[in-house]
Amino acid sequence: MAIPRTLEDLGRLIEAEIETDLVSWSVEKGELSLIVERPAIARVLTYLRDSETFQFSQLMDVCGVDYLGRHPRFDVVYHLLSLVRNWRLRIKVQVEEGMPVPSVTSVYNCANWWEREVFDLYGIPFEDHPDLRRILTDYGFEGHPLRKDFPLTGYVEVRYDEEQKRVVYEPVKLPQAFRTFDFESPWEGMETAVKASAVKEES
Amino acid sequence: MEKDAPQKKSFTMNFGPQHPAAHGVLRLILEMDGEVVERADPHIGLLHRGTEKLIEYKTYLQAIPYFDRLDYVSPMAQEHVFALAVEKLLALEIPMRAKYIRVLFCEITRILNHLLNITTMAIDVGAMTPLLWGFEEREVLMGFYERVSGARLHANYFRPGGVHKDLPPGLAEDIMAFANRFPKVIDDLEGLLTDNRIFKQRTVNIGVVTAEQALDWGFTGPMLRASNVAWDLRRNQPYEVYDQLEFFIPVGQNGDCYDRYLVRMEEMRQSVRIIKQCLKKMPEGLVKIDDYKVTPPPRAKMKTSMEALIHHFKLYTEGYHVPKGETYTVVEAPKGEFGVYLVSDGSNRPYRCKIRPPSFAFMQAFDFMAKGHMLADVPSIIGSLDIVFGEIDR
Repeated sequence: MAIPRTLEDLGRLIEAEIETDLVSWSVEKGELSLIVERPAIARVLTYLRDSETFQFSQLMDVCGVDYLGRHPRFDVVYHLLSLVRNWRLRIKVQVEEGMPVPSVTSVYNCANWWEREVFDLYGIPFEDHPDLRRILTDYGFEGHPLRKDFPLTGYVEVRYDEEQKRVVYEPVKLPQAFRTFDFESPWEGMETAVKASAVKEES
Repeated sequence: MEKDAPQKKSFTMNFGPQHPAAHGVLRLILEMDGEVVERADPHIGLLHRGTEKLIEYKTYLQAIPYFDRLDYVSPMAQEHVFALAVEKLLALEIPMRAKYIRVLFCEITRILNHLLNITTMAIDVGAMTPLLWGFEEREVLMGFYERVSGARLHANYFRPGGVHKDLPPGLAEDIMAFANRFPKVIDDLEGLLTDNRIFKQRTVNIGVVTAEQALDWGFTGPMLRASNVAWDLRRNQPYEVYDQLEFFIPVGQNGDCYDRYLVRMEEMRQSVRIIKQCLKKMPEGLVKIDDYKVTPPPRAKMKTSMEALIHHFKLYTEGYHVPKGETYTVVEAPKGEFGVYLVSDGSNRPYRCKIRPPSFAFMQAFDFMAKGHMLADVPSIIGSLDIVFGEIDR
């Protein structure tokens, strides 16, 4: 198998190799990213790691992204690195809320904590994960803080109670209501405003 | 059960969260068989501040100070990766002088970080003097930070589009004087540690990681190079002006704590080389791009130009809008590959900003590294991992 020179060639080669598991691929800003079928992720990563042509021997990162309002709602994003070929690759799996993603801990050991983190912050469960506990948030924390519908201020706050001699949890009290600003203003010239009014007139 | 039959009894020990050898707020649950560690379960997240969530609610410019507070012993290296990621999405090319200033301060940061790591590792295994000597030099380096940015630690100096201000007069000469003097300090430190019998007994063949294991566990930076994998992003995927500079990439042979120490020592010498080359090659010119949609106009101009005043106001309230797209940008931070996965939805705030800290992977591998070692080796392994909880917990 010839070693591809450009990212487009690499994308085409991977497409030919894992055709049925691949949903789509694209090259943007000099970065290749694939979307693969959810049940196939462990198989695809094993293949990319072990194949002589690719040798993606390192899994750099696993993370979640919440696209609230889209179906399926979440992306789980894997970043691979091939030291031999000097390539980077981004693989995405799309998953609906509550649906499990197969764990890749058996493929890369380092996936263990990254997946725990995604589970903790987004509530995406991982199938066959050896030790799926919360990792970053407090003991006994409820909710998944990086979801877009989780408020920035959270639900509870802690303080030390002098009478009970322990830390107590209480609902968040804000002296001033949380403020968000709408920045969809037409600063970048009047372009956006003009476009918006043009659309209105047409309809 | 017979009375005389020997019984194996393992017990659980709690290490931390407040322990001087834990380098921060690390809580370890150690399952011990006598003096030997059978299993280690690190509990992290005690310093979790929700940085990624906060960044989603801030403009791109307001997000930069959060990066200083991740790995608080090497602040500028992290600002760098965020600045690069935003520049990639905005498709900006920054001026040459800004690139040299960035590389210069990245290497100062590397020395800052390695000085702290090596000397605290030494104090964990019983050597007090290196800490005192090393911190004296850190003080000088933080003085350079202060002169260029106004802050000793949380610099907020690298901005998308360049750096905030040019070097003040005289700073370049002082950094050069430091670079000429500093190798002597490294020699002194080496004299105390490298052939020190006690230091070697505590570090040689402790926490050995093979090259395959290092790759499997996602190691990067000095941790990976100590396991004999010659991989450095400054050389393999060069950014800024690293491809025009001369330096060596030190690698270790055995992947134990001692090799990791040696690799960091040599990296400091190479950093000094890079600093000297930067100061010699640095051209004159702008330090940030000349586009007031991204970088603020100079103060003098604001007094006379209405246009400049409006730009300044809009830049610091609304900020700039970044085109839709996503990028995974990395730099070789002193600890290893520091990455940011930045997703923009076209508004003035990042939609998602995932931070990939190198020490997260090191901490995860601690269980397999400590397995079978004595309790007394746990501090040397933690010391050699070079972990900082600001970036692990985020």
